[in-house]
Amino acid sequence: MAIMRPAIQINKLAFGYPGQSDLFSDFDLVIDAGSRFGLFGPNGAGKTTLMNLMTGLLVASDGHIRLLGKEIKKHKSSVNFLFGFVPQDFSFYHELSPVENLAFFGAWAGLSSPLIRKRTGELLDILGLDAVRDKKVKDFSGGMKRRVNLAIGVINQPPVLFLDEPTVGVDVQTRHAIIQYLKQLNAAGTTLIYTSHQLSEAEDLCDRIALIDQGRIIVDGQPDHLLSEHEQDGLEGLFLHLTGKNYRDQSV
Amino acid sequence: MYRLWATIQKDIRVLSRDKLGLTFLFIMPVLLVLIVTSIQNNTFELINKNKVPLLVCNRDTGASSFQFIRALDTVGLFTVQLIPADQNDQSIRDRLQKKDAFLAVVVPADFSAQMAIRTKSLSGKALNSFGLGDSTGEASDKEAGPAHGKHADRTGGGAVHGDGGGDADGMPITLYYHPILQETFRRSAQGAIYSALQLVESRQLLRTLYFSINEKELPDTLENELMTRRARISELPVSRNGDRSTPNASQHNVPAWTIFSMFFVVVSLGSGIVREKLNGSFIRLKTLPTNYFVAILSKQITYLGVTMTQAALIFAVGVWVFPLLGLPKLNLPGDWAGLILLSLLCGWCAVSYAICIGVFAQTEEQANGFGALSIVILAAVGGLMVPDFAMPGNFQTALKLSPLHWCLEAYYGLFLEGGKLKDVWSNVLSLFLIIAGLQGVTLWGLKRKNLI
Repeated sequence: MAIMRPAIQINKLAFGYPGQSDLFSDFDLVIDAGSRFGLFGPNGAGKTTLMNLMTGLLVASDGHIRLLGKEIKKHKSSVNFLFGFVPQDFSFYHELSPVENLAFFGAWAGLSSPLIRKRTGELLDILGLDAVRDKKVKDFSGGMKRRVNLAIGVINQPPVLFLDEPTVGVDVQTRHAIIQYLKQLNAAGTTLIYTSHQLSEAEDLCDRIALIDQGRIIVDGQPDHLLSEHEQDGLEGLFLHLTGKNYRDQSV
Repeated sequence: MYRLWATIQKDIRVLSRDKLGLTFLFIMPVLLVLIVTSIQNNTFELINKNKVPLLVCNRDTGASSFQFIRALDTVGLFTVQLIPADQNDQSIRDRLQKKDAFLAVVVPADFSAQMAIRTKSLSGKALNSFGLGDSTGEASDKEAGPAHGKHADRTGGGAVHGDGGGDADGMPITLYYHPILQETFRRSAQGAIYSALQLVESRQLLRTLYFSINEKELPDTLENELMTRRARISELPVSRNGDRSTPNASQHNVPAWTIFSMFFVVVSLGSGIVREKLNGSFIRLKTLPTNYFVAILSKQITYLGVTMTQAALIFAVGVWVFPLLGLPKLNLPGDWAGLILLSLLCGWCAVSYAICIGVFAQTEEQANGFGALSIVILAAVGGLMVPDFAMPGNFQTALKLSPLHWCLEAYYGLFLEGGKLKDVWSNVLSLFLIIAGLQGVTLWGLKRKNLI
């Protein structure tokens, strides 16, 4: 039986923003390959920071982060071939069409021109953007922009996909379509590492969740187990039960 | 290579869809060159071709004053407008203030009489010194009186009295001028008036001397020959290729404002880089397996194309549109390869500067504000607005720090001096050094900000 390497392996991670105390200290986390992992926490808990550390956008002051066994610090350029990233912000050129955006980001992802054309056709079809393939994205609705954002993130068929609130601000139909597509990707072997404030969505999508607060993991496990362990009937209740009801904007 | 090509395509698409940006990059510079050249050409023509209106109030009725006015007319600088002799000084001032003219000359009532006395006195002295003196000279001296004898050492029989200076105790010709006139032009006008006075006095002196010696009138033919046979001045611009055409407003302005336009890409390019850094696309670019340097390289190539297009467009307007608008045609340098290479270098320097600003600026406002203002300052310091030879001493050193100065010097070497690229190699070398410096600082900034 082949031993699968974890998608993400974090050991003794330390990180702090300049002029502030360390947000993460001695932080450990392992995410199995092929899983649908959800990362949750209140504002300022460290979700986006952790995601930026895992994607190499931030550099840890100490510890190790390995993506599919490769140390990010040492192999930044080759590690970048192994994952896709769907940021919360619309991360594309609004003056360009979906086809032009995918052509550009596909090239930057290291794909050849014919492969980009093939993947573009597939993705626009799956995500319902084929009819507007040559229109400028700036004229799209929020939901269409979210789908373009997602299409760019998966154009290179990455083994690991990071998603930072991929459904924020979209209607129910678009959310449903995006979640279904993510499940398809996962079924095909893509590891999903996902963060959101949509906890009902997380219940539907994730097979494992971790709740972090102030740079520490409070709970980590399968949603069903966590709910029964803490005697809650939903993730929202669990969230409030573990993190409290006070505003968390002070960290700003 | 494919990544670079895809990035260039993306940059061109983004740029080509920004209609306002394209207007700013291509239409505004053409308008700028047209307007500045038209204005400066008008000034050139005002001085070089058009005659300046000159009001003349002749209060004298003698022949000398009419000769003087005729001499003013033939000197070439003025269109003489005679105004009634009874107009007082205040009404002349009023007419100048109303800008009927910018200059006015008042010939005093005793101009001819004083001129006669003075020339008799001078001729008497001359005859005495030749050993031909008789009582005429003495008498003339006596007639002239001691006050007028003083003028023997002065320039001309009359003195132009203006600007608070001049000779107050002779028979002053008063020159009124509008304060709007620049010092240099006023000096030119004053010199022309002195020249006219000198002509009248010389003619009269010659006649008197001839009469004293020959006891008959100077023949007109001899007088004309003596008065018109002057040493000629041949004006030749010092060009490297032997071209004798006089540089005009187009030759001066088109290169200067082309450089200015090239450097003004800082507003589009600098802010574009900042926008890309601030919006989400930059985050995604950083997570992709391509170095951000490719994006910077693509911008250099794309905007180098923009600056070359700007230069080609402005030069084309200079060659083909200027003549249609009555402006002097732009004569392109003979060294085409040199012109293209130099334009590439100027463009590259402009793009390097813009990228440097874009990398270090934190906001679009910083890139736009600092970028635009710094270009205006560098243009002023670099001699685009005021010729460098007219700058104060400490600016002579400062201008060497402006990349626009080296671009301008190199362009002038080709456009005005008729030189080739080898004639401006020192400017080219300086440009290379500046480009290398800017690229180095940009690379350092990219590394420092963890962008590459």
